[in-house]
Amino acid sequence: MRSLTRRKLLNNTMTVLTGLCSLFAVASLFFILGYIFLAGVRGLSLSFLVNSPKPIGEPNSGIANAIVGSVILITLGSLIGMPVGILGGIYLSEFGSNKFGLLLRFLIDTLTGTPSIIVGVFVWTVMVRPMGHFSALSGGVALGIMMMPIVARTTEEMIRLVPHSLREAGLALGAPRWRVTLGIVLRTAASGVATGAMLAIARIAGETAPLLFTALGLNYLSTNVLGQMASLPFQIYYYAQSPYEEWHDMAWAATLVLVTMILALNIAVRVLTRNRYQQA
Amino acid sequence: MGSTLAGKGSATPLTPNRPSLPFGRAVSSLRARPRIGDPLFKFTTGLFAVLIAGLAVLIMVSMALNSTLPFQKFGFGFLTRSIWDPVAGQFGALPFIYGTAVSSVIALLISVPISLGVAIFLVEKAPRALSNPILFIVQLLAAIPSVVFGLWGIFVLAPMLRNHVYPALQSSLGFLPLFKGNQNGLGLLTAGLILSIMVLPIITAVTTDVLRAVPGIQREAALALGSTKWEATLIVLQNAKSGISGAIILGLGRAIGETMAVTMVIGNRPQISASLFDPSFTIASAIANEFTEATTEIYLQSLIELGLILFLVTFVINMLARLLVWSVTRGEGRGGHA
Repeated sequence: MRSLTRRKLLNNTMTVLTGLCSLFAVASLFFILGYIFLAGVRGLSLSFLVNSPKPIGEPNSGIANAIVGSVILITLGSLIGMPVGILGGIYLSEFGSNKFGLLLRFLIDTLTGTPSIIVGVFVWTVMVRPMGHFSALSGGVALGIMMMPIVARTTEEMIRLVPHSLREAGLALGAPRWRVTLGIVLRTAASGVATGAMLAIARIAGETAPLLFTALGLNYLSTNVLGQMASLPFQIYYYAQSPYEEWHDMAWAATLVLVTMILALNIAVRVLTRNRYQQA
Repeated sequence: MGSTLAGKGSATPLTPNRPSLPFGRAVSSLRARPRIGDPLFKFTTGLFAVLIAGLAVLIMVSMALNSTLPFQKFGFGFLTRSIWDPVAGQFGALPFIYGTAVSSVIALLISVPISLGVAIFLVEKAPRALSNPILFIVQLLAAIPSVVFGLWGIFVLAPMLRNHVYPALQSSLGFLPLFKGNQNGLGLLTAGLILSIMVLPIITAVTTDVLRAVPGIQREAALALGSTKWEATLIVLQNAKSGISGAIILGLGRAIGETMAVTMVIGNRPQISASLFDPSFTIASAIANEFTEATTEIYLQSLIELGLILFLVTFVINMLARLLVWSVTRGEGRGGHA
């Protein structure tokens, strides 16, 4: 057996090392965020938010088209992904405590890890190619598909937190199971389900890969869901790849807008869930 | 599933006897009404759950159907061919498989020790009041979009590596083929480094879940026998082994499928080169970069076949990872959402 001092030394060394690892992880986030803020805040102005892109050299170029496009795409995605995800999640929590439920849960968890580019290619083969052109609608479907497994699993977890006594009380009054689930259980878990949905939105808001072959991008403002549509992540990608300094600045400013939105959603979810589900 | 649903609805008594008393009517109407609501509810919600789970099959089938051309022409040789020449109509997946594998391995080599360090610190060392905020900050790192990492990679990380880190690497380890050749900052190593930051949160979050799932009594037993805290931690790690491997494999799955950030910093050239400074291509970045430019049908279908390979590999990897993580956390914990 090694001497006690050496063992204690090793113990302390490991405490310091693991602490340094944590410091590194935390510091890298703040380093990246700090850079985004400094590089993005220069290009940020009101006209940047309310104008659409202008040709290189013209003043008052903006990303209004991308902001509007992202909002539309996220809305489409939510309209498709959330109902499916929530209903699927209800099944998993209320009827899924058997082998079949376990299998579904397993497949759904596995799907969460599917590369987003694959979803893009999939939607391209089943929607864009048959329709013959890129469309915001197909982009919405791609984002919706990405949301489904996330929403289903968070809904399931939130519904599981509802105490059994509430279900039993409803059933004892003679209400059928579906009314108990929708009227009592889902209602009780509503805020939890909503935060899960917010988390899912935060996840898809920054997705670029599923939009590359579906919504593509567009350099002017459009609300036609059957045509191409701009989005913040795509616009960032497009500007970053360009050779123009001016567009790089716009990419950073657009990034600041996107990241602020996503972090705000994440922090809101955190604050909401901390108050309600201390243990969760 | 259909067979279990039919049961309850048709089991209600079929004799609607209607007494004149109001009380009796109330009771009888409750009985007589065939209760199709519940089976219907179960069926509908079940349908959606199956639909989500079935997406995996749908994706696989549609990609397989859309990549028959290269499969007929190259067969399984597609996997081992190293030519990628759209003009000559010759396609092979090897350069992309190589780029994907090497960049992912680099990512894991860097992120695994750090992630484990963070997770150990959070679960075994830090008080909850400190560990929860740190875990949240690490998870925020996972919330940053891939394209933002790419932007940061192009304009911050790559110049930093090109000007300071890579020249130093080359002058000290330049005798290795790994660090030979030109460095413009965009290449395999840069992609691996970006990936390591991107998979750090997922490995950390899942490992933290796994370590928290190890019963506290194991630590107490070790401490009671006179071991130091670190020695107790080693015992915890020993027992969480399978879950930790699951976390690492989950990180591998993420690294393999990561698209935008890699596309932006890897240099995008389909070649197999010993030097980590050289530009390369991953499967995901090849699809992202060339899909809309594919002019011939076989070119397009070859890209879809690359996608099918990527999907199958990540699916198997994620499946394996889930099984390993579940073996420790018993299906609980929120690892999937990190």
